Amino acid sequence: MKITVTTTMKAFTFVAGCLTASTALAETPVLTVYAPDYFVSEWGPGPKIEELFEAQCGCDLQFKPGDLLPRVLLEGDKTEADIVIGLNTDVTKKARESGLFAPHGATLDGLTLPLDWSDDTFLPFNYGHTAFIYDTTKIDTAPASFDDLLNAPDDLRLVIQDPRSSISGLALVLWVSAVYGDKAEEAWAKLAPKIVTVTRGWSESYGMFTDGEADMVLSYTTSPAYHIIAEGDETKKAAIFPEGHYFMVELAAKTASTDQPELADQFMEFVVGGDFQGMIATGNWSIPAALPKEQWPEGFQKLDLPEKVLFFDENEAAALREDAIEAWRSALSQ
Amino acid sequence: MAQRALAISAGLVLAALTLGPIIAVFYRAGGVSAFRPGDLEALQFTVWQAVLSGLFSVLLAIPVARALARRQFPGRGILISLMGAPFILPVIVAVMGLISVFGQNGLLNAGLATFGSPKLDVYGLHGVVLAHVFFNLPLATRMLLQAWLAIPGERFRLAASLGLSPRARFLTLEWPLIRRIAPGAFAVIFVICLTSFAVALTLGGGPRATTVELAIYQAMRFDFDLARAATLAMLQLGLAVVAGIIALRLAPAQGFGVGRDRPVSTWSNGAAWARIMDATWVLAAAAFLLVPLAMVISKGIPGLLDGAGQGTWQAAKHSLQVALASTALCLLWALPLANRRGELLSVAAIAMSPLVLGTGLFLILRPFVNPFSMALPVTTVVNAMMALPFALRILRPEAETLEQDFGRLRQTLRMSGWAWLRLVWLPRLRRPMGFAAGLTAALAMGDLGVIALFADPDRATLPLQVYRLMGAYQMEAAAGAALLLLLLSFGLFWLFDRGGRIHAER
Repeated sequence: MKITVTTTMKAFTFVAGCLTASTALAETPVLTVYAPDYFVSEWGPGPKIEELFEAQCGCDLQFKPGDLLPRVLLEGDKTEADIVIGLNTDVTKKARESGLFAPHGATLDGLTLPLDWSDDTFLPFNYGHTAFIYDTTKIDTAPASFDDLLNAPDDLRLVIQDPRSSISGLALVLWVSAVYGDKAEEAWAKLAPKIVTVTRGWSESYGMFTDGEADMVLSYTTSPAYHIIAEGDETKKAAIFPEGHYFMVELAAKTASTDQPELADQFMEFVVGGDFQGMIATGNWSIPAALPKEQWPEGFQKLDLPEKVLFFDENEAAALREDAIEAWRSALSQ
Repeated sequence: MAQRALAISAGLVLAALTLGPIIAVFYRAGGVSAFRPGDLEALQFTVWQAVLSGLFSVLLAIPVARALARRQFPGRGILISLMGAPFILPVIVAVMGLISVFGQNGLLNAGLATFGSPKLDVYGLHGVVLAHVFFNLPLATRMLLQAWLAIPGERFRLAASLGLSPRARFLTLEWPLIRRIAPGAFAVIFVICLTSFAVALTLGGGPRATTVELAIYQAMRFDFDLARAATLAMLQLGLAVVAGIIALRLAPAQGFGVGRDRPVSTWSNGAAWARIMDATWVLAAAAFLLVPLAMVISKGIPGLLDGAGQGTWQAAKHSLQVALASTALCLLWALPLANRRGELLSVAAIAMSPLVLGTGLFLILRPFVNPFSMALPVTTVVNAMMALPFALRILRPEAETLEQDFGRLRQTLRMSGWAWLRLVWLPRLRRPMGFAAGLTAALAMGDLGVIALFADPDRATLPLQVYRLMGAYQMEAAAGAALLLLLLSFGLFWLFDRGGRIHAER
């Protein structure tokens, strides 16, 4: 029994220690930012964002990585977050309806997105498009259109992500419905034999592609930029389809319950400002949302980008989502 | 009396940790939810793949464990240790290793191509079962091997002096042992496979391989439908309880009686064909388990040599802390629970969806503490809980045998609880305790578990770091971090397991 008592005592001391530690830090104002997990690794954009913003705010920016919206919804208006960064359009409807987010107040004039953006709550900071990436040393002539891809021989091996567990997978089924409308299920049926497998998230798929298990992987038009800039490798390319590519944007938002409203507003301005925008391309391997093309890093200027951009706003996407996933599921379950 | 009170409180804590979170989620959701059309299919697939995975793991483990038990060959000890490694690999790493062997461009297909045979396609139900057997065959083998080695040598000598035929010896000595161990091993493996999601999806080849856990994930992360997530989690829990009850009922509790612990070279089994069979089983199992592992190692070396980043070393330190704390907690927890009820309870606990568990704990803890500061303590407790059924499966049969064999002696001598623990219990259970500790430590290194809601930027664990690196295109660094994880898990496993086997001749 003695052992149990000591452990309990230790647990209490530990908890007490944590509580005092957090009060001691509370002297400089703290801006708490919820961010996706990959943000905060030494290779993600988190450390640079923290460095740049702390240089101008006289505050302590603290990232809390992990689930974004599920956590904010669980916490409600008692959330610790002042800012949530890294949201996607597939959750903005739910997020908006929760009433937990406040208007960002930032100016949208500087945005350089390929479509109009007038959302007063969710502020874009970078974007890309869904695309199939291939290796030019293995595929001579990549499919030149979505139709080409559907009619490609069945030994072309694709790996994609599950729309029920991954945002890129969801973007793909919306992309297929944007291109094929009512005929989405037929399109999926043609694609099905080429799909090696479906993974839970993007990382598994991309790993399979770089390991040579698949010829093409569902990823983003910006993926080749990583290989060009970080590895000096120009053999990875996105197949560009004239039917258009689905637009994927990452967003930041301010919580309504923030106890640092001025700092939060300052952060939202910072997100679309020059410092942040100049860094995010190579920081997050995505196209800056408010930076003219001439100012992109050279590797990004080399990217093949689509002429036509497809996008469903959050209400359209919500209305379509279930049917689009069901078309995918039933065609691939045959 | 004190012993009983301890057992009851250990059980209550476990039950509270299993049911508390799910109740918290239900309470927050305000009710249950109806099932949806696709759910029945998902349920069927989930149960079917778990049954097959459990069945194949246990059936294949029998000849392998038998061969390992009755043959001595150089490198046997290290082989037994190494064969435990797949079980402790993080899922994503193991899947990549399997694909590099069994995938379209894997070693196997490259080999087949040189003979001009058509390519094998690993993706499908068979791929799911293959992966689950890869993970769990080592576990089943070790459980059986443990039991085989616990048969007193005198029994084999008796069998030899009675001139029993191999068949008769099998029926009198080995079959009862299999009957005693196999159902429990099946139940544990069945239950782990119930909550499989990433493995099933990736190797299953698409939505045909949808499991209940995927539906929970979708409900939680995409639809924020807590009621649905909790309802599905309840379904999973129910399945596990049923499986556990059936399996534990099938297993008779009886041992082989007590021996004098003398090392006896027992197997008068010179038949050449038996030796060839045994060698084949051992070689096949070793190749199946070790080749994918070798692929993981060779892929990880460049990333590790390039210098794993500071974040990776930090993460390694946190993982080691979590692993050691979880091990201590798990063993303390397991000792009073080493009985049938305790085991059933612990099996049910691992059927709990990690997502629902994490969410429930988050809801419970939030009013009292800042969840972010609790990342490592929560991970420690959950990992200990997730390792508990394995620890119990290993400890319980031997603990019960011990009670049967030496219980009367204890009463005759009126040994105090402490003396009993020190003089009989601990020395005699050293080997299974070492194995259980090693397994717990390794599992706790590898588990991602509930950390998603409690993540802290400065307290990442190594598996989380692997995912973060992959998410930032750092595939090579991720492979390096995965190798580090493998080395550390395996190192811990080996140390504990070895520690338990010092002075044990066999």
